[in-house]
Amino acid sequence: MKILVPVKRVVDYNVKVRVKSDHSGVELSGVKMAINPFDEISVEEAVRLKEAGIASEVIAVSCGAAVCQETLRTALAMGADRAILVETSAELQPLAVGKLLKAVAEREQPQLVICGKQAIDDDANQTGQILAALMGWGQATFASKLLVDKGTIRVTREVDGGLETLELPLPAVVTSDLRLNEPRYATLPNIMKAKKKPLDVIPAADLGVDIAPRLRHLQHAEPPARKAGVKVADVAELIEKLRHDAKVI
Amino acid sequence: MKVLVIAEHDNHKLAAATLNAISAAQQFGGEVQVLVAGCDCAAAVSEAGAVQGVAQVLSANAAHYRDQLVENLAALAAGLVRDEGFNAVLAGGSSFGKNLAPRLAALLDVAPVSDVVSIAAPGRYVRPIYAGNVMVSVESDEPMQVLTVRTTAFEAAAAGGNATLRELSPREDLGVSRLVGRELSKSERPELTAARIVVSGGRGLSSGEKYREVMEPLADRLGAALGASRAAVDAGFVPNDYQVGQTGKIVAPDLYVAVGISGAIQHLAGMKDSKVIVAINKDPDAPIFQVSDYGLVGDLFEMVPELVAGLAVQ
Ligand SMILES: Cc1cc2nc3c(=O)[nH]c(=O)nc-3n(C[C@H](O)[C@H](O)[C@H](O)COP(=O)(O)OP(=O)(O)OC[C@H]3O[C@@H](n4cnc5c(N)ncnc54)[C@H](O)[C@@H]3O)c2cc1C
Repeated sequence: MKILVPVKRVVDYNVKVRVKSDHSGVELSGVKMAINPFDEISVEEAVRLKEAGIASEVIAVSCGAAVCQETLRTALAMGADRAILVETSAELQPLAVGKLLKAVAEREQPQLVICGKQAIDDDANQTGQILAALMGWGQATFASKLLVDKGTIRVTREVDGGLETLELPLPAVVTSDLRLNEPRYATLPNIMKAKKKPLDVIPAADLGVDIAPRLRHLQHAEPPARKAGVKVADVAELIEKLRHDAKVI
Repeated sequence: MKVLVIAEHDNHKLAAATLNAISAAQQFGGEVQVLVAGCDCAAAVSEAGAVQGVAQVLSANAAHYRDQLVENLAALAAGLVRDEGFNAVLAGGSSFGKNLAPRLAALLDVAPVSDVVSIAAPGRYVRPIYAGNVMVSVESDEPMQVLTVRTTAFEAAAAGGNATLRELSPREDLGVSRLVGRELSKSERPELTAARIVVSGGRGLSSGEKYREVMEPLADRLGAALGASRAAVDAGFVPNDYQVGQTGKIVAPDLYVAVGISGAIQHLAGMKDSKVIVAINKDPDAPIFQVSDYGLVGDLFEMVPELVAGLAVQ
């Protein structure tokens, strides 16, 4: 069973981003970038399925500029077998990424695609669902547990009310939530080995899909900052403030 | 302008998020219809029909809609949007809506917009990105607008409507995913995303036992919902549905009490729109104090019981 794992290069989760002074976007120059944490979890899950003898090959795929090769090398260092970069310098929105991934999936014929549930930059939470729809496959989003059994998967999903378990026929799309696993650190020898693993670059134009942005992102603004309040001396003062100043209790 | 809201329900009751989505839909200034697909869901249908501002409820009744499986729901909604010429489709930004809306949009070949917090006009929205550290205005010319709305940003629509009801014929069962089971948390407490007061505990609580021992009396005293940080959920103190944050639930209660929570940006993303924030933390430099109205520095294992006792005295 082949597994396809889409990975995105995003601003590192520890960075507090700043809006550009002309409000056209977010300042990215000189900012630390990393693999989207949810995609890292997806790579880990796929690699574990390979180590368990369930998956035969793990293919990482990223859509974007040439620098996304770094992100793919991270996935390779974690244990993916090979990587594909769908290269374009154009702005990509989730619908376009879904179409590019569909084209890749049609070439590679994976039985399972594991996406992150959301990317921590645009927080869209869309790509996996879009890809599943375009392929006509089932989807199990926000997965915290995944069991593969021959032609089906059983996925436990984190939903608002608790947990839900679904069974789906393969091929299918799963999106990973935080508690699916704890990703490994890539070791130095594996980072070295990853440099020699195959990484194919496909120009996005060769896939023949419409990737023009459908949405225009205009003004970017920082939300009004909360002003820091006061430190209270003790519990009695806290109760006093809540009752008589804030009047919330 | 015809706007469709996809109802989230358990065949008996509407989820609170649907009421927020209905009031967001009214801002499009057109006719609002609500789709209730389920099985033996007459109660949910009549509840939807009694929501103010709903002109018509469309119900589809079939066994394969009972479990709200997304493949069948998205196909039904996509067909409906195409056949009846809806201009916009909304769902609440709950796990239900987030799962469904992008799939529906892709079936319609339109770009969905997630987590909208304000609607300036049809096709003109504001949404948070980067864990709420940036607000971006988005414009879309898509012929069918598909969006999820952040529930805390829109009032719940009130009861008092009188919609017409129309039965739809169900579509064929696609037979893709199958529900194996659900483990839903049962609680007598208010629902986290709709509660007026939320008390949340973090890693500082040190164990599930201590979490319950310290946090439950406080929640009882305040009539509050219980929440948690990711660290507390990951450590198994509480179930996953307690998580507040960028990747958990978004809350904006009148009062949010953060206990033993450091205030990582991913946590703040889920609670910084609360009206009043109280933080109890032993570290005077914890980032949570930068957003809290009232900060209490000290050991939570002493402070919280003292607070519970103090609240008992009028
Ligand atoms: C992709 C991604 C998504 C994430 N999504 C979320 C999310 O949705 N929600 C979320 O919450 N986090 C999320 N996180 C995690 C987040 O970055 C933090 O790790 C997490 O919020 C920390 O939880 P905490 O504050 O409970 O723990 P810590 O940061 O460990 O803080 C514990 C606090 O307790 C205090 N404390 C300890 N003992 C006591 C005591 N006896 N009395 C008083 N105070 C005490 C300490 O001073 C400290 O400030 C996410 C991270 C990533 C990478």
